[in-house]
Amino acid sequence: MISRESILSAAIIALLALIATRFAGFVAPGNLAAVFTDTAPLIILALGQMVVILTRCIDLSVAANLALTGMVCAMLNTAMPGLPVALTLALAIGMGAGLGAINGLLVWKLAIPSIVVTLGTMTIFRGSIFLLSGGEWVNAFEMSASFTGFPRTVILGLPVLGWIAIVIIAGLALMLSRSTQGRAFFAVGGNPHAAVYAGIDVGRTQFLAFTLSGALAGLTGYLWVARYAVAYTDIAGGFELDVVAACVIGGISIAGGIGSVGGAVLGALFLGVIKNALPVVGISPFWQMAISGAAIIVAVAANSRAGRSKGRIILKQAEVRQ
Amino acid sequence: MTLKTLLATAAILAATGASAQDMRIAIVAKSLGNGFFEAAHRGAQEAAEELGGVEIIYTGPTTTTAEGQIEVINSLIAQRVDAIAISANDPDAVVPALKRAMQRGIAVISWDSGVAEEGRMMHLSPSSDDLVGQTIIKLAADHLPEGGQVALLSATSTSTNQNLWIEAMKQHLPEYPNIELVATVYGDDLADKSYRETQGLMQSYPDLDAIIAPTSVGIVAAAQAVADAGKIGQVNVTGLGLPSEMAGAVASGASKSFAIWNPVDLGYSATMIAYHLAKEDVTAEPGATIPIGRMGEVTLDDTNSAPMSEPFTYDSSNIDEFKSVF
Repeated sequence: MISRESILSAAIIALLALIATRFAGFVAPGNLAAVFTDTAPLIILALGQMVVILTRCIDLSVAANLALTGMVCAMLNTAMPGLPVALTLALAIGMGAGLGAINGLLVWKLAIPSIVVTLGTMTIFRGSIFLLSGGEWVNAFEMSASFTGFPRTVILGLPVLGWIAIVIIAGLALMLSRSTQGRAFFAVGGNPHAAVYAGIDVGRTQFLAFTLSGALAGLTGYLWVARYAVAYTDIAGGFELDVVAACVIGGISIAGGIGSVGGAVLGALFLGVIKNALPVVGISPFWQMAISGAAIIVAVAANSRAGRSKGRIILKQAEVRQ
Repeated sequence: MTLKTLLATAAILAATGASAQDMRIAIVAKSLGNGFFEAAHRGAQEAAEELGGVEIIYTGPTTTTAEGQIEVINSLIAQRVDAIAISANDPDAVVPALKRAMQRGIAVISWDSGVAEEGRMMHLSPSSDDLVGQTIIKLAADHLPEGGQVALLSATSTSTNQNLWIEAMKQHLPEYPNIELVATVYGDDLADKSYRETQGLMQSYPDLDAIIAPTSVGIVAAAQAVADAGKIGQVNVTGLGLPSEMAGAVASGASKSFAIWNPVDLGYSATMIAYHLAKEDVTAEPGATIPIGRMGEVTLDDTNSAPMSEPFTYDSSNIDEFKSVF
């Protein structure tokens, strides 16, 4: 059977070819690098979300976590403009992980369904941003040059934001395929009962998945705020749905246990190409929603076909005779 | 009268200590400690000095509540001020208190944020849809003497005020024959989508000269996208924004100028109108014209409300003064 990754790659290439017929400049290497960089936040969040979905959970609070961590980073930078970027990065990752761990603990210790937990923390995080900032914006002129400059520094033709995504893709691919913990994420989602017999703590694994997803969301929070040079309550509003969509398009099974790093990255890139192409080819923004929606349904349909177990056929003869 | 009101009255009386002949005009803010209203207070003081014999009582609740404003109004009535100019926290809740004030012969107007018709003599709005439309195209055209291509970056395609402004702008477009409007795109008031739409505009129209964004989220994102694309000086971002949010873009040169109402002018004009109404040298009725000093005059419409002027333009010459105000 042809793998999901190759189908998606073909779809993205076909999409790029189609766009090139209407706007040739889109497929220039420089522009493709820009599209990849623009999609980097979605890729990073989709990878975190993938790990959570693998363990049969879902994290709806990623965008709110991103916004809250981003606001804290921006406010801290305003208060202490001299703070080194490395420290800001460490703080963003640490704070994001902390917020993710809250989700994880609630799912693990109180056994509340993850969709309910993260729906709650999503609104709590958004509310906290408003309380923290008083509804005020943190604006470009209040941020230091190194704070906003870091993600856009170009190394070998690609901004740092793009490089960070590449490092995370490589790190996660290695972790999921080569480490015990990485395999445990698959085991817990694939068959929780068997995982328990294999000595894996299901709750703890889910907790770690949420913490990882939170850490990546926190990191993206700083990158997002620095990239757009503005922080306010509603940044990345509704972005969690794009993240889940990227995972589903990338073939990560909502039922858990099935998925790959390549799939999540390609799913995110598919959405990223559509988002970046629609403004230049001059199609109504409503087409973007329709195309993304259609892609999700096609992907889920393909998943359920592939994942359907073949039942025993006991009436074959009767069928033929009739 | 509650204890709080008494205390407020006492505080205001103690603070003013005015001579009896002075006309006393109260400027009621939505809340104290807000830069926008502090600036309006400055404008009111300017008007008072210009008029002479006028004393400004600048007051308001500490939080933006209608209850707080009602207490303030009651204490102003008790002091028998000559006029009240209010920016209301609720158009209806303050009506009974303001009606009482008018019954006692106090001239009452609303400004910035209006009061329902029966609760005030007239309302001064900062601007009108037509004036906004006229201003945003002029902002772009002023920096394009030889003409050029402009594009619009709006919020959502269903946003009422955005669409009214864009419609008004299109009506003023024929006044600038060399300016061509090439596209209208929607950034949905999301920073990332507005940024992406701006990138798309610059790719689709390599000769684009200006982007007009009559939305505070859009204009900031567009300026950032232009700066990141290295197109500062080539593409000018303009529209409606707040000085605090746009200071960075003006400093980088991505935006040469933008517009929004000027709180100083608003406080000045409100004081002028309150003065004339309290002196009874004009009557607030549909079609009436009221002089507002250096700002010219306003003409009341059927609902006794009037726009002050076109939005005020901010550029590198005045941004530093206003970026800490609002």
